[in-house]
Amino acid sequence: MITINNYVKVSSLQEAYELNQKRTNRVLGGMMWLRLGAGRVQTAIDLSGLGLDYIEEDEEEFRIGAMCTLRELELHEGLARYFDGAVKESVRHIVGVQFRNGATVGGSIFGRFGFSDVLTCFLAMDAYVELFRGGIIPLKEFIQMKRDNDILVSIHVKKDQRKVVYMSERAAATDFPLVACAVAIKGEKIFCSVGARPMKAILLEDVCPKKEEAGDFARKSAKAVPFGSNMRAGEAYRRQIAGVLIRRGIEKIMEG
Amino acid sequence: MEVKFNLNGKPVAAEIKADTLLYDLLREEGCYSVKCGCETTNCGLCTVMLDGKPSLSCSILAARVEGREVFTLEGLQKEAEEFGEFLAAEGAEQCGFCSPGFIMNVLAMARELDEPDMEEIKEYLSGNLCRCSGYMGQMRAVEKYIKTKREDR
Repeated sequence: MITINNYVKVSSLQEAYELNQKRTNRVLGGMMWLRLGAGRVQTAIDLSGLGLDYIEEDEEEFRIGAMCTLRELELHEGLARYFDGAVKESVRHIVGVQFRNGATVGGSIFGRFGFSDVLTCFLAMDAYVELFRGGIIPLKEFIQMKRDNDILVSIHVKKDQRKVVYMSERAAATDFPLVACAVAIKGEKIFCSVGARPMKAILLEDVCPKKEEAGDFARKSAKAVPFGSNMRAGEAYRRQIAGVLIRRGIEKIMEG
Repeated sequence: MEVKFNLNGKPVAAEIKADTLLYDLLREEGCYSVKCGCETTNCGLCTVMLDGKPSLSCSILAARVEGREVFTLEGLQKEAEEFGEFLAAEGAEQCGFCSPGFIMNVLAMARELDEPDMEEIKEYLSGNLCRCSGYMGQMRAVEKYIKTKREDR
């Protein structure tokens, strides 16, 4: 289990950023997974005094603070309304209510975990991360970036009229997903995000197929995604399931 | 370092280390209903209410509860007893090891959800594992408890 020598509840993002430049210091999210890791943390940096637990909504976008919990995402009426329950669907299978009351959006996104439902869901949306130093960067670029010492402040999700469906396949309820998938359609464009490969989520952008071509398109898309095997599922199984989930997502969106 | 918080309605000040977990602190404070059942952050046995929300005390740094309000089963005896009677009436109690965490989450659900149906109840309680006495009896007890609560209002 992890050991921590000092705990600092910072009073500004600048303070958090400065502390985080030291490699042995770590920013705390909900500490759900961090606690289970090995290693020594010199100073644990707590952002919970900075008021980052908000979900703001205006005409253009949602802004979700890094310390907002997964449970708050799940219960937010504006998100549920705009994305037709997709965000809720992406978090409601994660462990349990108590866990989701602790786990933070910032921790899920910054961690870029291979099993992340949250990352998979937002990746299919027009989402951005706001970094203290790095500014606002598209999420799809952020996940390719090397882990650095910046501070994740919030996630921005544009209201760009895209329709989104989220699905995951689990061997048992509340377990990690075997495959996670979000499909979004905006006009002629389709965005398929596939996670739990078991590597971090990947985004495919393409021209949206006709409804009768959804099956072929889904199989072709799943073929283009690199998958791996681990104790939960094999590569071929994951690819098969991903193809089914993508097809179902397209059909669900097209059927309205 | 020192942490000051409200535990079961009373102010508490305790000396802690930077990596002391709330779970360990609560047991030091005599709240033995709070137990660690899995070490992988998912069994729900260490559930406490943190500012009214059911939370896993095994994953919360004690330092983070500064100025906040924590309730364990010890502080909710009346409600726990009330629900406990429903559990007993359904024969849904066996070894009892997981009961404190389970009861805490049932009480949290009763506060949070107005008229949950069976699906919602199951989803809310899915983060509580190891119920050796069987799920059916527990579900009957929860359903009857929620119904009675509703009628009392």
